[in-house]
Amino acid sequence: MVLTLALRNLFHDRIRLIVTLVGILFSIVLVAVQLGLYLGAKRMIVDMIDNAKGDIWITAFGAKSFEEGGVILTPRERHAALATPGVKAVVPLVVSFAEWRKPGGGSTNSVLVGTDPEDGGLKPWGVVEGEAASMAAPDAVLVDRSYLTDLGITGMGATAQIEQGRVRVRALTDGIRSFTQAPYVFTTANRARALLGIPRENSTFFLVQLQPRANIEAVRADLKSRLSGTEVLTKTEFRNRSLDQWLFSTGAGVALIGGAILGLIVGIVIVAQTLYSSTKDHLNEFATLRALGSSSGYIIKVILAQAAFSAILGYILGMSIAMVVVAFSVQTALPILMTPALAVFLFAITFGMCAISAVSAIVKVTKIDPAMVFSR
Amino acid sequence: MTAQIILSAKGVVKDLGHGAGMVRALKGVSLTLNAGELTLLMGPSGSGKTTLLSILGCILTPTLGNVTVGGESVKGLGPEGLADLRRRHIGFVFQSYNLFPTLNALENVRLALDVRGMHRQEAHVRAEKALRDVGLSHRLRNYPRNLSGGEQQRVAVARALAGTPSVILADEPTAALDSENGQAVMALLSQLAKDKSRAVLAVTHDSRTIPFADRIVRIEDGLIVGEERRTESRENISKIDVTRKRKAHV
Repeated sequence: MVLTLALRNLFHDRIRLIVTLVGILFSIVLVAVQLGLYLGAKRMIVDMIDNAKGDIWITAFGAKSFEEGGVILTPRERHAALATPGVKAVVPLVVSFAEWRKPGGGSTNSVLVGTDPEDGGLKPWGVVEGEAASMAAPDAVLVDRSYLTDLGITGMGATAQIEQGRVRVRALTDGIRSFTQAPYVFTTANRARALLGIPRENSTFFLVQLQPRANIEAVRADLKSRLSGTEVLTKTEFRNRSLDQWLFSTGAGVALIGGAILGLIVGIVIVAQTLYSSTKDHLNEFATLRALGSSSGYIIKVILAQAAFSAILGYILGMSIAMVVVAFSVQTALPILMTPALAVFLFAITFGMCAISAVSAIVKVTKIDPAMVFSR
Repeated sequence: MTAQIILSAKGVVKDLGHGAGMVRALKGVSLTLNAGELTLLMGPSGSGKTTLLSILGCILTPTLGNVTVGGESVKGLGPEGLADLRRRHIGFVFQSYNLFPTLNALENVRLALDVRGMHRQEAHVRAEKALRDVGLSHRLRNYPRNLSGGEQQRVAVARALAGTPSVILADEPTAALDSENGQAVMALLSQLAKDKSRAVLAVTHDSRTIPFADRIVRIEDGLIVGEERRTESRENISKIDVTRKRKAHV
């Protein structure tokens, strides 16, 4: 009967139910979008690092992120790394912000990624037109098709200029987004050096691949001792550093998380207010229950069941709308990511939010004087 | 043969409010409810009827004195202990029925059994029987809004009855009813009181209820001032024992 009573109480006042559900829905959509944006941003920030095949990253001292590698490394560091026991390969990567000059006039910022796919370090993924190997062709670059408009080009074969050098789009990828909104442009390491005016053999990062069964910590310690003025980071450390830089140093992540918290607070306040007023309206019924001998635990169960039903209904509605928003965001520059883990988390926080909201109502009913049934 | 005492109140004093606003609502009330009897508690407004009913119903605890129900004392019991006592021994019938508007008649009765932790199936059967016993077998699925006042009060009686309590306490059970329905409800309570394991007490202003009573207890100004015991024939009031008690204020 607990569930029956809870459901009937909930549906008894349709207007209040709608207000409650709108509150939860609004909250869920807001939290889903904010956290989805956060996850989407996180993925964009670390996508390059995750797709690079390397156990250790050698960076210039103070490198902030993948896009901001800082001072250029020289062949000396590369040779020292190659001579380190346990190291199988050291793959150079050239990465830097660069000016993309649109064929129709004007320019935009881009992130030039110089990599030689045959080295097995970082290979463009999600190629939907052309081939990654075509990067070796003269003047070739690869861009993501979602940035064609930003880059002022129409597609395959389009030409543009990076810094002072001419480039031609030889392949298109799908799904390689940039958190900085400066599109990634792939080309070979040597062409990247040429376009950026960097001396031959110099690089932004060295991606270290280890021999099988090599101890990563031991190799890392060895590399540190051999390479002065550089940093030797594990993949995880470099990921975290990039995330710190873009999400927290810039405040973007804080804003997204703050938005999510705000959504939660709004949800809690709305649901608490409606649950409390519903409880107040049914106070005489709860007093009757108490007079009939029900324990306070029984009444609390009714209120919690009301909260749980509100949570389930609100979650279903909220997630339905959130999924529509997610679907619309897929092709945008800032896609919202909805993962199964986020969906489960949202379900949990919806329940948590409704449980917290029930507290004021529970406090109210535990103070019920069953004698009020006689004063009606 | 002495009647079995189901509920007993001894020297009950009840203070309501605090400080300067404190009122002594009951000033030393002693009363027993016997099995197989319908007792009417009558008195003017403000005489302490409802306070006494709340204390006998284990909703309030006395400031002084003691109440025992089914041999169990209320002394030292907190809200949960009192609720447990009510659950096991007491059924209530309220003036305004206090039915749950969102539940139908059957569900209203089942709810009273559910709070007792009764299994769903058994509760269903018992609730149906209780409603049949009060003549509402044809109204099981009706919601309170679709029932007449008399029918609602009969659902309330069925709800009180379903848990097989040893005491049924009714607060002005006919106050919201017309004469015909009031008589029907009193007849029902009178019938329930014939059960030798149960006592029924009804607080009332309504003199039309008197013919149904086995005993009439009068309360004034927080004191029991009279008790009339009636013969076996409930149709004719014949006082066989009238005691006028005036107790000193406690």
